[in-house]
Amino acid sequence: MTPRESKTRTITIEPLTRVEGHGKVSIHMNQQHEVEYARLHIVEFRGFERFIVGRPYWEIPVIVQRLCGICPVSHHLAAAKAMDRIVGGEMLTPTAEKMRRLMHYGQIFQSHALHFFHLSSPDLLFGTDGTAASGFEAPVEKRHVLAVAAEHPELATQAVMMRRFGQEVIFATAGKKIHGTGAIPGGVNKNLSIAERDRLLAEIDQMLVWTRGALGIAQSYTMDHLVELIPFGSFDSNHLSIVRADDGALDLYDGVLRAIDKDGHRIVDGIDYQRYLEVVNEEVRPWSYMKFPFLKSLGPEHGWYRVGPLARVNNCTFIPTDEAEAARKEFMALTKGRPNNITMCYHWARMIELLHAIEVIRDLLHDPDLQGADLVVQGPRREEAVGVIEAPRGTLFHHYRVDANDAVTMCNLIVSTTNNNEPMNRAVTKVAKDHFSGKAEITEGLMNYIEVAVRAYDPCLSCATHAQGRLSLEVQLVDAAGEVVAFRKA
Amino acid sequence: MSTVQFVLDGQAIEAQDGQTILKAAEAAGVYIPHLCAFKDLIPHGSCRVCSVRVNGRIQAACVQTVTAGAVVESETPEILEFRRNIIDMLFAEGNHFCMFCEKSGNCELQALAYRFGITSPRYDYLNPDRDIDMSHPDVYLDRNRCILCGRCVRVSQEVDHKTIFQFVGRGHEKRLQVNGTCLADTELSATDEAVAACPVGALMPKRVGYAIPVGQRAFDAAPIGADVDARKGGAA
Repeated sequence: MTPRESKTRTITIEPLTRVEGHGKVSIHMNQQHEVEYARLHIVEFRGFERFIVGRPYWEIPVIVQRLCGICPVSHHLAAAKAMDRIVGGEMLTPTAEKMRRLMHYGQIFQSHALHFFHLSSPDLLFGTDGTAASGFEAPVEKRHVLAVAAEHPELATQAVMMRRFGQEVIFATAGKKIHGTGAIPGGVNKNLSIAERDRLLAEIDQMLVWTRGALGIAQSYTMDHLVELIPFGSFDSNHLSIVRADDGALDLYDGVLRAIDKDGHRIVDGIDYQRYLEVVNEEVRPWSYMKFPFLKSLGPEHGWYRVGPLARVNNCTFIPTDEAEAARKEFMALTKGRPNNITMCYHWARMIELLHAIEVIRDLLHDPDLQGADLVVQGPRREEAVGVIEAPRGTLFHHYRVDANDAVTMCNLIVSTTNNNEPMNRAVTKVAKDHFSGKAEITEGLMNYIEVAVRAYDPCLSCATHAQGRLSLEVQLVDAAGEVVAFRKA
Repeated sequence: MSTVQFVLDGQAIEAQDGQTILKAAEAAGVYIPHLCAFKDLIPHGSCRVCSVRVNGRIQAACVQTVTAGAVVESETPEILEFRRNIIDMLFAEGNHFCMFCEKSGNCELQALAYRFGITSPRYDYLNPDRDIDMSHPDVYLDRNRCILCGRCVRVSQEVDHKTIFQFVGRGHEKRLQVNGTCLADTELSATDEAVAACPVGALMPKRVGYAIPVGQRAFDAAPIGADVDARKGGAA
């Protein structure tokens, strides 16, 4: 924080740590030093939609996953699902579909474990002592995973081992732990060998035990700190995700679009995602490279929505694995069965999905279809297709057109973090209003409040835009005259 | 056919008279890296990756024939560095994105880079503006990846007996051209040997993509030249 010789001050925050990518937060104050609004600016530009134009369509699932090193599988599979339709092969063989599901749930498992343990656990473990006054102002030297390793070595070990297990699932299905090639148009390029299956099965029971523990931490932390967490960065919103087509179950690989409002009333349901443009539109605002999606039927002002674990657990009719479904019921009991609009409950919902993911992985590993030899199907060619998947951070849209010469002519991506753009802005505004207004001094500890709110969404800013170099998010405080009075940049 | 003897890195090698150093070395189980040389094509000597020092002068092993008593240096630090520089420059000159190239794992340029321990670029990329020709129904030509080795030009002429490819331009503007406005105008067939001969991902059959999983590609298990190395090991 750098005081200035005027009635205004400058505080610099850079980066907003433990998030993926670059970004900037500006907090705008009125003359009474009250926060009027805050903005999460995404200041980098993602060029993927342009530079894949002209490339062969079969390259795309491998190219576009380079958007991200954390959840490349999601982009790999969303693009592959679109290319399935391009080659007329969307009715995958059982082996192909189950291999892809295994890959995807392995990805969900490693990404959720990474986010919870490596990125967010310092906030939860050190951020508060259970009193409203302590907030998330843990000393900066404790706000990282190494401090977790020092004080909770068993958790740090689990974090590493759980993430490794998820990566091993990806390796067995995609050929590489990061940026594999397993999904190809119309299917997959390998099955799961008996040896690969048995290596994974040998660890599954331990993973289940640790996952139950992680869910327990998230649940008990939330229940123990409800007074602080219920209002923290919270607001009512719509929720959007895909759900399983026939029964509305949680399905992270495939399904139909469903959106509900803050009270749980369905706004859209059962929509084939090939028609996503009939449901979703995007608004451009001049101060950010990240667009603002909204439901067309409600317009940009009221149609914005949350995606990700919170939206998915709110949205689904049930979770089709036993332990995760029991956990969902306990989660929904907090809000008496109505949608949960508590931003910090993203963590709890994420751990429910972590449990669901490991249950799905366990069940799939016992399925002999994974050892099948029928890997690829093709049918009549199409020139346009959409692939949608539930990535760890939320609904991910990939839309392509391919010409008769097999070259991509158009691409549109709406990534999970982009879908959460307006909610993240709302969360930042809420936190700034609740905690910054009227404060004579904005401390470094208080600045972490902004990061905690953004981090709940697990945003991948590099995926939403395209970051080069180190990740960074800066925070600036702007007074009524438009002057930057505070700026933080690490 | 008469035989001659020459010395390769201190080892006496017996070769057929008129044989190139590259062929003679391979027959003796000594791998000399190369890119433009291909099977029994007329030697081209364009890529210079096979450079060796012959009686004190640097020559391309793929075109230089053996002579009795010649002293040839191949695996010396100087020659290895010379070759490494050439490979580095080939990467810098084109647009080679191994991370998503479908030839990855089967690419001879990439495999040579691994054999030479090249993990990062030594020279600034030139980032040339090159095109991709998707016009042909079964084959595509991605000039971003072309290293101007001339294999396709020669295989098409010598093996396929077609006149499809030729070089145009000079120096850094040299590029591969086809006999027509685009690949679709030519008599190229996906089954032509010219397509299979491309050492990189420039001339590729369409819709194959990543059908071979990681781990089962040509150079996943053993580095390029391992087959020749193994011959020597077997002989020893």
